[in-house]
Amino acid sequence: MINPHPGLPEFEYIKPTSLREASQFLAQHADEARPFSGGTDCFVRMRDGVLKQKYLVDIKGLDGTDGISFDPKTGLTVGAAVNMNRVAAHPEVAKHYPVLVEAARSVASYQLRTRATIVGNICNASPAGDTIGASMVLDGKLHVFNAAGEREEPLSTFFKGPGKTTLQPGDIVTAVMYPLPPQGHKARFIKLGRNKVSDLSIVAVTVLGYPDSNAKSGFCFRIVLSSVAPTPLVAASAEAILADKAISEATIVEAAQAAMDSCKPIDDVRSSARYRQYMVRNLTRQAVTDVWSQLQ
Amino acid sequence: MAYHRITITVNGSDEVVDVPSNMTLLQMLREKLSLTGTKNGCAAGECGACTVLMNGEPVNSCMVLAVECDGASVVTVEGLSHDSQLDPVQEQLIEAGGVQCGFCTPGILISSRALLNRNPKPSEDEIREALVGNLCRCTGYIRIVEGVKKAAEVGSRAA
Repeated sequence: MINPHPGLPEFEYIKPTSLREASQFLAQHADEARPFSGGTDCFVRMRDGVLKQKYLVDIKGLDGTDGISFDPKTGLTVGAAVNMNRVAAHPEVAKHYPVLVEAARSVASYQLRTRATIVGNICNASPAGDTIGASMVLDGKLHVFNAAGEREEPLSTFFKGPGKTTLQPGDIVTAVMYPLPPQGHKARFIKLGRNKVSDLSIVAVTVLGYPDSNAKSGFCFRIVLSSVAPTPLVAASAEAILADKAISEATIVEAAQAAMDSCKPIDDVRSSARYRQYMVRNLTRQAVTDVWSQLQ
Repeated sequence: MAYHRITITVNGSDEVVDVPSNMTLLQMLREKLSLTGTKNGCAAGECGACTVLMNGEPVNSCMVLAVECDGASVVTVEGLSHDSQLDPVQEQLIEAGGVQCGFCTPGILISSRALLNRNPKPSEDEIREALVGNLCRCTGYIRIVEGVKKAAEVGSRAA
């Protein structure tokens, strides 16, 4: 029987006073502790019994992780504790990274986005993570703190499977950093859900294009597909076609087909695998066509 | 499981509450402070029946731990009216017939108040977008949206 009022299972709430303390605790309790910020994914999965943790470590706002800043020379830094509404409302983000705003605003509802964070969305490593595609086409990098040393992780190699990343016990992602987007870039995010808004995606496609004199076609495209593979997927073969051949409707159709051929979706409650494949083709074609029309 | 003593301002009143780690803000409001206007619907951050204002921004109170609210200021549906005077959103929702069974209403009111606080003259699309996370299975939303529109015309008052 379904419990109509499922409370959270028992756990201990830990609020460290510094990143170092948090990292040490997480490393010492590797299998029992999990960091959280907004908790929007973590609480639901604990309630459903999918996640079983003895400790939840609240890392919100430790050592200045609640800041968002834009530097016209280096780009955008979004702290781990910055919620999605703050990202979407930031004037410099809207001006320079509109596709990130579009992606953030597609997540669930306004009141959930008061809690949800982009760093959390990335670290949960769901293939359906709505802000991951935009973060990848924008060439995002994570800043990772560990009591044993700090490092940067590019998103291109971060994801290892559903919920699996390169993060090790004691690692805490403190921020996601986006360089300045390429000159003259245009981008588009298309999310297909079971309803118009608020749902998880059946398929999502994020496309960013910009003029590039190194490419034979004169343009470079970055394409990321969501919900169609164990990790967010870069459609490399489609990108190569758009870089190598003069761009026309036929080239875009060929690239969209290549994107479809590169994905490996599954059947689940939201959609069949076959439907997802065709939607990858159609939405890639639509998104690339939109971006291309803006680039000309 | 450890208990944590927190200090929280709820509807303008300072409260000191002992809460276990796994207690949500929703459970604390209903079970410790007897503020049962805030409803438990899905307990998974989807239906919006438990929406409250936390430090001025709407949150799903089922998705916030009570212990995280130490030092926070929370407004529930009970805190929308002042001196027996209903908030314009409450008045206009009644006027428009935007309440049927009433279960979603507290969440709708809080989300609408939050919208009008950040955007006093929203378009219909903006109203609908702000209420995406508040499910209503009775009304079909039309009268709710009408009520919020009228409340915006009447003028807002920050909760």
